[in-house]
Amino acid sequence: MTSLVVLPVLIPLCAAAVMLILRSPMWQRVLSFVALLSSLAVAIAVLVEVWTDDEILVTRLGGWPGSFAISMVADRLAAVLVVVALGVTSTVLIFAIGQRSRDEQSPFYHPVYMVMTAGIVQAFLAGDLFNLFVAFEILLMASYVLLTLEGTREQIRSGTTYVVLNVIESLVLVVAVGLIFGATGTVNFAELPARLAELPDGVRNGLQLLLLVAFGIKAAVFPLFFWLPDSYPTAPSSASAVFAGLLTKVGVYCLIRVQTLLFPGEMRGLVLVVGALTMLVGVIGAISQQDMKRILSFHIVSQIGYMVFGLGIGGTAAIAATIFYLIHHIPVKTSLFLVEGIIERDSGSSSLASVSGLARRSPMLAMLFLVPALSLAGLPPLSGFLAKFAIVRAGLDDGHYVVVTVALVVSLLTLVSMVKIWVGAFWGEPSNDRDISQANILLASPSMSVATGMMVALSIAIAIGAGPLYEFAGDAARQVLDVGGYVVGVRGS
Amino acid sequence: MSVWEFAVIAVLFGVGAYMVTERSLTRIALGVGVLGNGVNVVIITAGSNTGEAPILGRTGDLTDPLPQALVLTAIVIGFALLTFLMTLAWRNWTLTHDDEVEDDVEDRMIASRAERMDKSGDQPHHEDVVP
Repeated sequence: MTSLVVLPVLIPLCAAAVMLILRSPMWQRVLSFVALLSSLAVAIAVLVEVWTDDEILVTRLGGWPGSFAISMVADRLAAVLVVVALGVTSTVLIFAIGQRSRDEQSPFYHPVYMVMTAGIVQAFLAGDLFNLFVAFEILLMASYVLLTLEGTREQIRSGTTYVVLNVIESLVLVVAVGLIFGATGTVNFAELPARLAELPDGVRNGLQLLLLVAFGIKAAVFPLFFWLPDSYPTAPSSASAVFAGLLTKVGVYCLIRVQTLLFPGEMRGLVLVVGALTMLVGVIGAISQQDMKRILSFHIVSQIGYMVFGLGIGGTAAIAATIFYLIHHIPVKTSLFLVEGIIERDSGSSSLASVSGLARRSPMLAMLFLVPALSLAGLPPLSGFLAKFAIVRAGLDDGHYVVVTVALVVSLLTLVSMVKIWVGAFWGEPSNDRDISQANILLASPSMSVATGMMVALSIAIAIGAGPLYEFAGDAARQVLDVGGYVVGVRGS
Repeated sequence: MSVWEFAVIAVLFGVGAYMVTERSLTRIALGVGVLGNGVNVVIITAGSNTGEAPILGRTGDLTDPLPQALVLTAIVIGFALLTFLMTLAWRNWTLTHDDEVEDDVEDRMIASRAERMDKSGDQPHHEDVVP
């Protein structure tokens, strides 16, 4: 049973290798699906196992004992995120195939997409810091290629910023890993908590700051977010949907591990302030933009702020709220980018100035946008409301009134910028061009619409199943906070 | 660990950081290469003790092989990244015939809109932003 944990990484990687030999587009698509769905099935099996047995599944690669092996660890948080990640990548794959864009036709799109999926999954399952660094490199390398696959001038321009920034992030991370190894003699997550606790305070703070900066760049928190709204909008819609939904969340996941496992509860004040500023700056950036993709990209930053805020509060309730927020945010953000992809395919632009009257042309499309948009703003009864409510309540219980106020104001401003997209793109008279205005947007590419519909349905399902899911998030949070249990579970003693 | 190792690290980081802040992508790529080497020296100096080659069966004062394995992986990854950056620079040059890393177009548009608003005191018009 324990060797199952490594399969969701191995299957996409092997599929990518086969696809590079087998260049036929038809076979590549079939193989992509088979690989992602079988990984998803394994991931669900792992989740069920972890959920029911309350144990941590560990695979030690090469069968080395204890801390010598490269271990893949699936606790509740990691297992559920792997399932969500594979669900999202499978759905976006349907969308990408339906989109038939230039990059999907490239023989490298599918292999690279598989490699990125493997990297994301490995990052969630990594049982030591160096493995985590390698996972980051795998997913980043694949994302560089996806971002610049068409090689247009605009993509190269923004791709450059993205690549340079992320390379520097990797360097910071690897310095942190090296110094932590120098200070403690281990990189294993199960050994680190005890060894780090023995270090002098100054060394601990330095190491923690290095990790926070490295993962903060990846998660796009306040002073380190500027690369994101610049680079995501130029990626093809299918790629930017996965980037938006998953890549920054890998950063948040790592921040959770740093703040709960490696340095439990330290520097909360800093994290709290960073969270508040991230929320505020992100949403203000979003309001000033005139392009749908850019508005949505700034919202990623703003929403990350809420999760960082939850992390800054600390304690079981807040961590549970953060985990719930993380799970709710991935499908919501992905579906917004998918709707944007449908609009862009239809109108050839994502600028609010050149798109209008979509609600009259396709009420269904308007609904597909409205549900995740209102969820993002946090209107009841959608999943965003529950996630925000949980975080705000945890904040109030802990007495962080200023940051809670900021969170509520930001929620309102989020609504304002969603209304901006709604007024610009969905209201008004449809374009006069008869050829365009007669065509049915959703039927033009059924599989794109189905994929988007599936994502929206998932976010509604999260709202309906919020009770059990929140309990699960609570269990996951208790497990994440129980450092001793993690250490024992991974060592297997 | 000697003062010379610190000096090497400091020089590599200094040169690398300076080059990364340049506008030309080729220099940035070279800077990343230099920084990467600095990082590798950090891992080796911070992580390992000097001693005999750690081969199974030998005894005595052995070096810790793990930092070397880490650095080996880091070198391979750094090599791949450097290649990709150079490819980007080449592609950029074939498209634009220069090697500059440009500002974000949309950012510049918003900044110039704000300037115009400051001058005229007007509210922005929706049409202003059509490129």
